[in-house]
Amino acid sequence: MNFLDYAPAPESQAILNLRSDYGLFIDGDFVAGRGTPFQTINPATEKRIAMIANANEADVDAAVAAARRAYTGVWSRLSGSDRGKYLFRIARLVQERARELAVAESLDNGKPIKESRDVDVPLVAAWFFYYAGWADKLDHAGLGPNPASLGVAAQVIPWNFPLLMLAWKIAPALAAGNTVVLKPAETTSLTAMLFAEILQQADLPAGVVNIITGAGDTGQALVNHPDVNKVAFTGSTAVGRAIARSVAGTDKKLTLELGGKAANIVFDDAPIDQAIEGIVNGIFFNQGHVCCAGSRLLVQESIHDEVIDRLKDRLSTLRLGDPLDKNTDIGAINSADQLRRITELTAIGEQEGAERWSADCAIPENGFWFAPTIFTNVSTSHRIARDEIFGPVLSVLTFRTPAEAIAKANNTPYGLSAGIWTDKGSRILAVADKLRAGVIWANTFNRFDPASPFGGYKESGYGREGGRPGLAAYLKPAPSRPRPAVSAAAASKTPAARKKAAK
Amino acid sequence: MTRLAVPKTYKLYIGGKFPRSESGRVYEILAKKGDFLANAAKASRKDAREAVVAARAAVGGWSGATAYNRGQVLYRIAELLEGRRAQFVDEIVQTEGVSVAAASAQVDEAIDRWVWYAGWADKYVQVAGNANPVSGPFFNISVPEPTGIVAIVAPQTGGSLLGLVSAVAPALVAGNTVVVIANETMPLSAISLSEVLATSDVPGGVVNILTGSPAEIAPWLASHADVNALDLVGAGALDWVDLQIAAAETLKRVLPPESGADAASPSIDRIVAFTETKTVWHTKGLI
Repeated sequence: MNFLDYAPAPESQAILNLRSDYGLFIDGDFVAGRGTPFQTINPATEKRIAMIANANEADVDAAVAAARRAYTGVWSRLSGSDRGKYLFRIARLVQERARELAVAESLDNGKPIKESRDVDVPLVAAWFFYYAGWADKLDHAGLGPNPASLGVAAQVIPWNFPLLMLAWKIAPALAAGNTVVLKPAETTSLTAMLFAEILQQADLPAGVVNIITGAGDTGQALVNHPDVNKVAFTGSTAVGRAIARSVAGTDKKLTLELGGKAANIVFDDAPIDQAIEGIVNGIFFNQGHVCCAGSRLLVQESIHDEVIDRLKDRLSTLRLGDPLDKNTDIGAINSADQLRRITELTAIGEQEGAERWSADCAIPENGFWFAPTIFTNVSTSHRIARDEIFGPVLSVLTFRTPAEAIAKANNTPYGLSAGIWTDKGSRILAVADKLRAGVIWANTFNRFDPASPFGGYKESGYGREGGRPGLAAYLKPAPSRPRPAVSAAAASKTPAARKKAAK
Repeated sequence: MTRLAVPKTYKLYIGGKFPRSESGRVYEILAKKGDFLANAAKASRKDAREAVVAARAAVGGWSGATAYNRGQVLYRIAELLEGRRAQFVDEIVQTEGVSVAAASAQVDEAIDRWVWYAGWADKYVQVAGNANPVSGPFFNISVPEPTGIVAIVAPQTGGSLLGLVSAVAPALVAGNTVVVIANETMPLSAISLSEVLATSDVPGGVVNILTGSPAEIAPWLASHADVNALDLVGAGALDWVDLQIAAAETLKRVLPPESGADAASPSIDRIVAFTETKTVWHTKGLI
């Protein structure tokens, strides 16, 4: 046993009290779905965790109807402070049940417990806490006095941060006075159902939040439902495009948070130790299943070899394995489908001539795994430099001048995020100005906060989540009243007009 | 003996120049009473694409100008428009068939709208942006930035000058460049406005004005991959849902059609609609 070998330190699953079957959460109760139930599995073992209900169109109808009743009957009539109090309650309940939620998330998603415990779940609580305080302060949301809620929000979320994406969607929607029908991703419904139990504990009025589970067709039925006023989607650009098409011509307000291919730019004067950690965090956090992942490393040519050597050294120390082990750095890939996509794209990377290096780590026998991988000698035309891989795969490109770095960073239809590593403050500001991306991290990466707006330029979608813009996405201005005005010239108030009148 | 008038040739406005349509096509502009007024250029798909190229080339300079500078440039449009009031009133009376008083009121309002939006150039960032109190050692700030190229179908009803200005001015405030399809049947004041723009301080390519059929040109702009946003304010009579569907292919930001007297009414929302919020996290810890 050398100093890098750790004894197993698995987090106990005893804290969980899971059911064998989960229904749909509609109108405050768990009800059976009318579609064929499906299983949710642990991607680290491929073993079934529970059976999940499948919502068909009739179930979607019932959920939207419940949300509409709750909107007109209760939620839109509550005072902002009462709405806020419910959200504060939810935040506290999430904190109280934080460990249980973290264990369930790692079990169902495959992400390391240290991430679900220290990042996902604390942020979930923070999100509800932040937006709770907004609920009775909507006049300051930036839409003028007395902004109005939209109505029923249809929300469809991805599998990479299941509970966190739920919080990003539900917290601002409720604070603004909307009611919600949310559909989690097919492979990660578990924590959403635990969250439904939390809503029962919070005594949230029935129908204010409805959670329906199922696959893409369920989401499609929800988004296309005629009685929905707002659609919020986080996921792939292809599906986002389809949603944008389907809401065309309707009054539905739309927020899309889609794919990315972020450039992480490392200049030769960067604080190198921090930059190495930032690169690792940028692409290997959450197995690279992050839309804003720093998947393109742009490193200044003069330090390329040093950065790559140090990166390989660092990656060789990452521990891949049991997501519930507290020492695990890299957990399981979320699904067989995703593993296949990563495998295909990396194979294309090799075929196109990029040089592959993968960390030498033992891959468990069962489950879905992918060793941390770096491609060097990547050119901008390679698929691995253009397509979102959504896995622990880093493509390394080089540059000589800041102008070249900016041009390469912006050479993508995406525009979600970017990173800048340099010790020169003025360079950070100048480069940040020129990057076409919605979130830029300077000498850090993959930071999230409920107060900080998140969302993309170009084909990474539109609208922002977090902060004041995230609240405004669920509001519309009050109908405007024209203000009577007095004309300066007509009122003879100007010196020139007075002179004229005196003549 | 009355003097024989010298009529104007009305052309397109692309990249700061006044080309005819490459297609060689024109269409008749008639006065409200039915008399022939002019042959306007009937822009083609290729003209629209040239306009996008010109608009893209102008993005860097216009969005890179200081906010104070953009505000002054927009204010100067108002100054020059004021100086040519009579010409615009005259054109509006002829094409729209309204009284001189109504035409004057429209021109006044259009001038005032430039003034109003000019004043926003160095303020909207303060209103729409934020410093964000994040939980950690970071300075975190969100600022709106221009989206890029905005394609606009100008209002086809109501005042032909005011409608155009109401749609174009807010898109320019943040530093976007514009390709606008003018009022189809009453395009004269749009082309005269381009003469104002050309002699003011607006760099060539920042505003590009196409005359012709919105139904023919708009689909090319809606599907153009280098257009970032689409303002359908005047597209109510077109198959605008199809335009929105085409725009979804590259996830353009889209504003829907508006109608009535309130269409494109002055609002900071029209400025912010064509901006992107950029949030930058600056580490405080590395000292």
